[in-house]
Amino acid sequence: MSDAELATPFRQRAGGAMKDAFLQEALTIATTKFIGLRREAFAGFPEGEALRDQARAIKEATLQQLDHHLETLIGNVERLGGHVHYAATQAEARSIIVDIARRSGARMAVKSKSMATEEIHLNEALEAAGVTPVETDLGEYIIQLAHERPSHIIAPAIHKTKGQVAELFTRALGRPAEPDPEALTRIARGELREKFLQADLGITGANFAVADTGTVVLVTNEGNGRMVTSLPRVHVAVMGVEKVVPSFSDLMVFLAILAKSATGQKLSVYTSMVQGPRRAGELEGPEEFHLVLLDGGRIAQIDGPLREALSCLRCGACLNVCPVYRQIGGHAYGYTYPGPIGILLTAMLEGTPAVRDLAHASSLCGACADACPVRIDIPRMLIELRREIDDQKIAPWTERIAFKLLARMLQSPRLYRISAKAGRLLQRPFTRDGGIRRLPLVFGEWTRTRDLPPVAARTFQERWASDRDLRA
Amino acid sequence: MTGRRASLMVTCLGDLFFPEVGVSIVRLLRRLDVAVDVPAGQTCCGLPLFNSGYHADAAAVARRTVELFQHSEHVVVPSGSCAWMIKHEYPGLLSGTPLARAAGELASRTHEFSQFIVRVLGVTEFTAAVPGRLTYHDSCHLLRGLHESQSPRTILGRLKGAELVPLPGADECCGFGGSFAVRLPEVSSQILAKKLANVESTGAGCLVACDAGCLMQMGGGLKRAKSRVRALHLAELLDGSR
Repeated sequence: MSDAELATPFRQRAGGAMKDAFLQEALTIATTKFIGLRREAFAGFPEGEALRDQARAIKEATLQQLDHHLETLIGNVERLGGHVHYAATQAEARSIIVDIARRSGARMAVKSKSMATEEIHLNEALEAAGVTPVETDLGEYIIQLAHERPSHIIAPAIHKTKGQVAELFTRALGRPAEPDPEALTRIARGELREKFLQADLGITGANFAVADTGTVVLVTNEGNGRMVTSLPRVHVAVMGVEKVVPSFSDLMVFLAILAKSATGQKLSVYTSMVQGPRRAGELEGPEEFHLVLLDGGRIAQIDGPLREALSCLRCGACLNVCPVYRQIGGHAYGYTYPGPIGILLTAMLEGTPAVRDLAHASSLCGACADACPVRIDIPRMLIELRREIDDQKIAPWTERIAFKLLARMLQSPRLYRISAKAGRLLQRPFTRDGGIRRLPLVFGEWTRTRDLPPVAARTFQERWASDRDLRA
Repeated sequence: MTGRRASLMVTCLGDLFFPEVGVSIVRLLRRLDVAVDVPAGQTCCGLPLFNSGYHADAAAVARRTVELFQHSEHVVVPSGSCAWMIKHEYPGLLSGTPLARAAGELASRTHEFSQFIVRVLGVTEFTAAVPGRLTYHDSCHLLRGLHESQSPRTILGRLKGAELVPLPGADECCGFGGSFAVRLPEVSSQILAKKLANVESTGAGCLVACDAGCLMQMGGGLKRAKSRVRALHLAELLDGSR
């Protein structure tokens, strides 16, 4: 989202999303479907619960020795003839990749779906350098045509209905398209086939990188990932440093739960494993292979309050079940990573002030933590962020004073009783038929859509103190 | 089962807005031979402060609560969220303080109402105060915090005079979330609207929950929509005081 759009307060962005009828239709259908598929996948997989614990334990153990595992990974990728680059910031990652593109004389780059490349805003940088990026994942292709950004971690065009996609294809590709997913896919495939053959550069993310063997692992469903990694002359993979896993046996644990959490599939259609560039005697694969390791704020959190978020597999399960995400979609969040985990990742990558409002974009219902394949306690970290926002006085002063007053009242039974009495007096003009339908100030935010019960004529504790038959 | 004692922690919402819930709990427990007391000077468990990040203040409130209830044999709480606060957050908030141990002990003696009835007292047979078809909403903290989905359903499933019908999306949030409801009222209200559409689809005359926060949200929405569905706390349904 642009700075201008981010200048709109989050609440308004969310409100706008809720007025978009297409978005609402698309979101409800897609998230409901994902929830059901995930539930079914785990229902028929009793060992899933133990594997989730195991996956989390592997992530924790890996984080404890991240240096070591990264060194092993780098050593093995280089041994296989690949080049490894380290990017401390998103900007560094961008310029590393642009340099590779320049050196190889690339005019066109085909891309497999990657949130890391979204995070570093790679497409804009490539375009500025005269390299045309072409997204080859269907969802990414759709939003690239629409000049938008992904609104979901694994389903980037989740916010669009098939009717909207058909209109978009008709307009952008200059040929009539029917709102039929299969027909639309055929059109995209036809358009993309050419690009695969023309491109000099293939760019991917990485779901995992196996340190022991130097293998980059891509989990995809459309087969485009394989073409991106095998057809162009040069392949660049970008990954957050936390994506490293020690060994293949560790990898198997993650593969067993990732697709089930994401789409409800037992396994994704393609699990591609890339080991360096093409070797002598091999028929396919790139001449050059580059791995870009991205820090971008991650390493600082290994010992930070957001450490748990470094275990995220980017499956998107927490988005699908989040009651807030399900109303507002991904764009309203305003940053690369939406949804509950996205708030944590935004704080990690952009700093806590960026999530002043987003940290409160959760009812703390806990559905996210429940759905997370590695059991990241997202609500706890949201509360932790809220604490930091209060402690560092990033929260509005009016709010901080209101909560200080509340705290005083809750520590003093006398003030509490006085407040109850004051409430009874003040509510009188607003109470009708035992309900309050309209209140001023912040209370009006409640009463616009909901009645508020009035403070009882006699509170329970008042009744307990005076009613003999209640105490008897 | 005679000789049991329990203290009611009525909670701020229970005290101020839903006193009948406390009254129902007192009457019910007494009928089940539990001696009930209500320690004076109660305010709130501190969850609103905790959830908004004011942890030093939440700890101060927690300290008061632990002192008030430290001699109680059992503490019964009408809301899953407040019970969760005491059971899961007090020990951490008060660790390293002189009350750390007392907080840990209080955590193990504190029970959400339906859990106390079913899991401590072992009682599951009741007659419905409001007969007819009813449905049950899982409150988030009770369901995912205290991992309790069965106790209320056990009672409701056997309730004489009532028919329990499943609520589609029963485990989905009602949109309350404390200050969330007024920080993002539009989002909160849309979540609520979907919840209430599900409630209406059941044809139930009564919506039961075990959390005053959810009841405030869902009850407020039902009233505003002039629905014939009543939102009731489980205790009110069992007591017959209304």
